[in-house]
Amino acid sequence: MYAYDEIDRTLVNERVSEFRDQVKRRLSGELTEDEFKMLRLQNGVYLQLHAYMFRVAIPYGTLASNQLRQLAHVARKYDRGYGHFTTRQNIQFNWIKLAELPDALADLAEVGIHAMQTSGNNMRNVTSDQWAGVAPGEIEDPRIWSELIRQHTTLHPEFSFLPRKFKIAITASDHDRAAIKIHDIGLRLIKNEKGETGFEVLVGGGLGRTPFIAKTIKHFVHGRDILSYIEAILRVYNQYGRRDNIYKARIKILVHELGIEKFSREVEDEWQHIRNSSLQIDDEVIEDIRSRFTYPAYEKLPHMPDELRQAAADPGFEAWRKNSVAPHKNQGYSIVTISLKPIGAPPGDATAEQMDALADLADKYSFGEIRVGHEQNLALPHVAKRDLPALWKALDKLGLATPNVNLITDIIACPGLDYCSLANARSIPIAQELTRRFSNHELANLIGRLHINISGCINACGHHHVGHIGILGVEKNGEEVYQITIGGRADENAALGNLIGPGVKFDEVADVVEDIVEAYLALRERPEELFMDTVKRLGVEPFKERVYATR
Amino acid sequence: MTSPLEQKKIKIAGPSVVTANRTWDGIVVYRTAANGWSADLSDAAIVRNSDEAKALLAESVADDVGAIGPYIAPVQIGADGKVQPGNLREQIRRTGVTIGSPVQV
Amino acid sequence: MPLVNGGKIVDDSFAKLAVDTPLPAGGDILVPAERFLSEREALLARGGKVGVIWPNNRDISELAPHLEKLAAVALVFPTFRDGRAYSQARLLRERYNYRGELRATGQVLRDQFVFMLRAGFDSFEVKKQADAEAFMQTAKRYSVFYQPTGDGRVTALHRRMQLRHSEGVGT
Repeated sequence: MYAYDEIDRTLVNERVSEFRDQVKRRLSGELTEDEFKMLRLQNGVYLQLHAYMFRVAIPYGTLASNQLRQLAHVARKYDRGYGHFTTRQNIQFNWIKLAELPDALADLAEVGIHAMQTSGNNMRNVTSDQWAGVAPGEIEDPRIWSELIRQHTTLHPEFSFLPRKFKIAITASDHDRAAIKIHDIGLRLIKNEKGETGFEVLVGGGLGRTPFIAKTIKHFVHGRDILSYIEAILRVYNQYGRRDNIYKARIKILVHELGIEKFSREVEDEWQHIRNSSLQIDDEVIEDIRSRFTYPAYEKLPHMPDELRQAAADPGFEAWRKNSVAPHKNQGYSIVTISLKPIGAPPGDATAEQMDALADLADKYSFGEIRVGHEQNLALPHVAKRDLPALWKALDKLGLATPNVNLITDIIACPGLDYCSLANARSIPIAQELTRRFSNHELANLIGRLHINISGCINACGHHHVGHIGILGVEKNGEEVYQITIGGRADENAALGNLIGPGVKFDEVADVVEDIVEAYLALRERPEELFMDTVKRLGVEPFKERVYATR
Repeated sequence: MTSPLEQKKIKIAGPSVVTANRTWDGIVVYRTAANGWSADLSDAAIVRNSDEAKALLAESVADDVGAIGPYIAPVQIGADGKVQPGNLREQIRRTGVTIGSPVQV
Repeated sequence: MPLVNGGKIVDDSFAKLAVDTPLPAGGDILVPAERFLSEREALLARGGKVGVIWPNNRDISELAPHLEKLAAVALVFPTFRDGRAYSQARLLRERYNYRGELRATGQVLRDQFVFMLRAGFDSFEVKKQADAEAFMQTAKRYSVFYQPTGDGRVTALHRRMQLRHSEGVGT
């Protein structure tokens, strides 16, 4: 965990008092909505269909138990008793009153949480691998760098009014769990031949109306130069990014229009001016930040404790363990993913009671730490293996032990037309129906790893372009219609999915997905060939045939 | 549903109302004939042609402190005279999410 | 539109000239970029001070050779959402060492003062009287800054280093 010091806390409190003044001026009419809009957005406040929506930052997806409890408190006191975890490791509340927002922010500030830059045209919450610091084989903990960048990008005086939003993600593992290739800047932590830490820098990824996979702009930027290099990218973007058309304002369009070579020359020129400035980070600064990340005092524990051996007889436990428990870098410990995708429920939602109970479980079994992943699930990162059976029982009671992580019912979905004022179609009911269709655990397991992503409009908050099966809701003649793509992926081999054919109606989506899955089961060469590999091998055609033969 | 936030031209095909969200708490409101806002659709002023719609929208926009993001939304009027939302989006805004709250589940 | 300079509301000594306004005999003038570039000699030969209004979509490096002769540079925020002039301001101060008046014009609200001060602005054409009056109070709203800029404020990272070292001395 990163512990805020007095300096961080002071800034958060100053921000709360500024926003309190802004809300007061808005409610008195001193600020017009046009003026206030950007100010509220910079504090995570949107207007949705039913009310204001309030998005709270969870930097790089790391939460302490007291912070999760405070989120539960906000859900209970200022909202309707639940929150929604998002694809950028944040949480949002759907019914907050503007007049009460400053109080909610003040309550969150008590535990070092804020909503700065969770929306608006600025640098958004820095995201990272939800297994950072505990994943086996990780080069080093990317959160040290995430925190450095978080600080640098918070209330940045030059880059708070960019052409459009700007998202940075960092990974330090071979397997990319942070989806860095669909971010404005993706950073892959690597070591050079001298063993020094640096980054491969990718730029210009993003989904939305015009999706792009990020391109490598520089193969190695030394850690000490990373802030100046990011600053150079942003300075080029701030000056030349398009401001005439909201759909062409992201950096991906600038990179695409200039071409990566010309764009990288611009960045390089700018960087040469500023790399030897006060932006250069000396080792002492890194060490200072590193020193404020505390790690648990792990015990020396056996690889296979008796508790685990005994529990193996319980098929319910075994199904969950095989699905939701991952290896930890320390022997005797595990990383436990907590599915927020129970059958028939909205993906990513958690009630205040669940959050409170999870905070207690984190204290008891995970050194008080919780993680949030971009798949809209949570994780307990430091669970002793001997505690797994007891943890499973407790999670099961809370409805949080659905063994469907990475399976077809582990669906990523945006809020869609049920909540969102931008949406053209509903997402959540589609997800709910799909989870019911594939609720049989044996069937889901037989299908294997398969990610379904659903967005209710072209803005692609559900990342449908990179779903193994992607579902995009659009509107046609006043009706909800869904376009279906296959073959996308968000990991280190990120790719955009391909459309299988004409859109289908709301009631047909689940049938079509069933057809696609049946086609896959029939077409795969062997049980180990995953859906995305079969699609890669055979292309869209056989799936298209199957789906449209009878329609 | 095409987002009404992109509403540029005012052209209405049938009876319509002006709807927005109340500034201080964000709840869904409808413009009334008495130059105010109501949370109840049955209180809404009904407009039936573009000129009426334009006038009602203009007066709604002018009340920037009262409510935000006003736009024109279609309604249907039943045989009994009851006013109903004219599309799915407005139906959802009026009656809430179609999926049940996780709190009650 | 009130002008804030040096933290106070002051009278504006500069007259803004359009591209074709006849040149007044005396007094300080602010002229658009293209007029400055085309009539530079004549403008500078006059008695009063000369400043330029530089648009936010024109490369600021073009202005660099002329900075010594300029008493003021006015940068433009056509809307408060358009942040290009923040980069221009920092380049003027930090790369081209411009030391004259740097004025923010256009949509200038109190909620941008801290950012503008940090980017190097020292003069503000404020849209609303109440915001101009609240300048000093608003400018002091923050005491913690994460980024180094040309304004010389101590960043959080450096403050931590100082604290560390002072603690180190004691032990």
